[in-house]
Amino acid sequence: MSRLDQLFEATRAEGRAALVGYLPAGFPTVEGSRRVLSAMLDAGCDLVEVGVPYSDPVMDGPTIQAAAEGALRNGFRLRDLFSVVETVASAGGHAVVMTYWNPVFRYGVDAFARDLASAGGLGLITPDLIPDEAEDWLAASTEHGLDRIFLVAPSSTEERIAMTAAASSGFLYAASTMGVTGARDAVSNAAPELVARVRAHTDLPVGVGLGVRSGAQAAEVAGFADAVIVGSAFVSQVARDPGDGGEAAVRALAAELAEGVRRRVAATG
Amino acid sequence: MSSALRPTPHDPDERGHWGPWGGRFMPEALIAALDELAAEYDKARLDPEFVGEFQRLLRDYAGRPSLLTEAPRFAEHAGGARVLLKREDLNHTGSHKINNVLGQALLTKRMGKKRVIAETGAGQHGVATATACALMGLECVVYMGEVDTRRQALNVARMRLLGAEVIPVSTGSRTLKDAINEALRDWVTNVDTTHYLLGTAAGAHPFPLIVRDFHRVIGVEARAQVLERVGRLPDAVVACVGGGSNAIGIFHGFLDDPSVRLVGCEPGGEGVGSGRHGATLTAGTPGVLHGARSYLLQDEDGQTTEAHSISAGLDYPGVGPEHSWLKDQGRAEYRPVTDAEAMAAFRLLSRTEGIIPAIESSHALAGALELGRELGEGAVVLVNLSGRGDKDVDTAAAWFGLSENNTDNTDNADDAGASAAGRGSNERGEA
Ligand SMILES: Cc1ncc(COP(=O)(O)O)c(C=O)c1O
Repeated sequence: MSRLDQLFEATRAEGRAALVGYLPAGFPTVEGSRRVLSAMLDAGCDLVEVGVPYSDPVMDGPTIQAAAEGALRNGFRLRDLFSVVETVASAGGHAVVMTYWNPVFRYGVDAFARDLASAGGLGLITPDLIPDEAEDWLAASTEHGLDRIFLVAPSSTEERIAMTAAASSGFLYAASTMGVTGARDAVSNAAPELVARVRAHTDLPVGVGLGVRSGAQAAEVAGFADAVIVGSAFVSQVARDPGDGGEAAVRALAAELAEGVRRRVAATG
Repeated sequence: MSSALRPTPHDPDERGHWGPWGGRFMPEALIAALDELAAEYDKARLDPEFVGEFQRLLRDYAGRPSLLTEAPRFAEHAGGARVLLKREDLNHTGSHKINNVLGQALLTKRMGKKRVIAETGAGQHGVATATACALMGLECVVYMGEVDTRRQALNVARMRLLGAEVIPVSTGSRTLKDAINEALRDWVTNVDTTHYLLGTAAGAHPFPLIVRDFHRVIGVEARAQVLERVGRLPDAVVACVGGGSNAIGIFHGFLDDPSVRLVGCEPGGEGVGSGRHGATLTAGTPGVLHGARSYLLQDEDGQTTEAHSISAGLDYPGVGPEHSWLKDQGRAEYRPVTDAEAMAAFRLLSRTEGIIPAIESSHALAGALELGRELGEGAVVLVNLSGRGDKDVDTAAAWFGLSENNTDNTDNADDAGASAAGRGSNERGEA
């Protein structure tokens, strides 16, 4: 049983969804990202997704694009990623890495998996890698004991959902809207429908992301998903409040969201 | 012409791989649309009605077949070789881009989509797309890097006159790569109603295949024209390589002719040694960008590095996957051509043949001069003249230091082969 399996077993036992927070490593600085990620975990996130700043983030909206650009401008290097993960993991936090594929491919898929595992990371979320192209990652993740979190989308066919679920471990990421990352006022009603379709194919926990930014939205998503994934809203908190590196604002948001995932609302969709 | 869309032994596998290259490194959200496009193309390429309509448009609208023009005065600088120009510059809208655009616009209609988005660098693909959308009654949005909207202002105006919306992109390097990023973000948001009409033989499967096939007509025509004109195959076929569409289109006419050297000219910018260039196949390493595995300009962390070229249409750090395959197979060779060499060839063709080439195509012309000298007396070099230079007059005027008050024409064409030394200004393309 992987550490992510254990995590979801625990949240399921508590009858609630897990709260997953995203932040790019190196944002606002390498040191700052260590502190903010620790604050997110401390204030209620069950798991953090440590993002890899990338030059061509085609799946991201303006908020995360700007954060990635800022991190790169400040000199973020891939080795910093492993050290940030290590900081989080050695303090007992759960961390997975979310990355576009080219940095992994360039680093060497097996070497990346090895170094992520030895830093204490639990797995990899790969938004632009589909299982069809993932032969070397399937091998490396098995070899190094990492979970592989692939994505499904509202446009996925039943066949692809089944295939993607079969290739995944830890949890499955349901991108709930068609579009790039970014906070939205309303949770897409495509989300509950997608999660229901996924459940027909797998018992894996299902995380829902793209757009959540408030406790009320978190509660709504927790009504039908196993994990509520929040990215742009955390990034905005940091960007808005550079004074203390955004820590206080991040803590407040994490606490609100953590309360939300414990107050699940019956699904409306 | 009908043969140009039929499956060949050079097609990728069913998931779009040429050996280790190509494939689909794309968000799951776009896979259904890519599958739909691939399935539609598989049917269309064998459907006489589709093929017939495509051919009719190429003939009656784009003006095909394009001419083959011998360039004897230009060839005087090419070591005694004969130089033949495949005149894609004479197509409607002024470049090869129209071939692919007409094909994909027809596919868009077959799929029942009403909105088209595109990226553009030099603006030629954007103009061609805006044109086809006007012709077929489709809504058209074109993403263009802010740097390029300035250096290709004429084409921005053309697109707007044709009814397209042009959206300047101010992220990243503000050139072609970033225009593609922004178009992909639009596509993932609007994929139900929208076709992404990609302008080069790159990107995720099936784009490299379908873009190539819609341009294969260039090579099919040129092969027959050269045989008729000189009675034999050319010794070399030369084309410029941005993403690789005009090159792959003409190369395909000659892939099965082992005696014909296929030479792609990449943007060498200020020189490959300077680091300021876009010579992906010459200096790149394997990577993934915009959906396919191919050679790529990147740093050791896999961050894309910025390309540099005086030519907006070649200013791209990636390249189509089939070119990576042809390079590895040794079937095609790729060499860099600097800004200065390209501009010298630009001037030489203008003054010796009365043809103002696109700066992109001027890279191929410079390559032809070099190859002619290597191959020597009597060699036959075929150049894909992929576009005309009207869009480039401001950039060229700045490069050569020409302006209202400076029409001094003491440079003559014979100097043109020399170097950039004769240019009166150091200005780069952003004038
Ligand atoms: C005239 C012309 N030639 C060549 C290119 C480069 O594209 P490709 O390599 O796809 O032919 C462009 C791109 O804008 C162009 O406008």
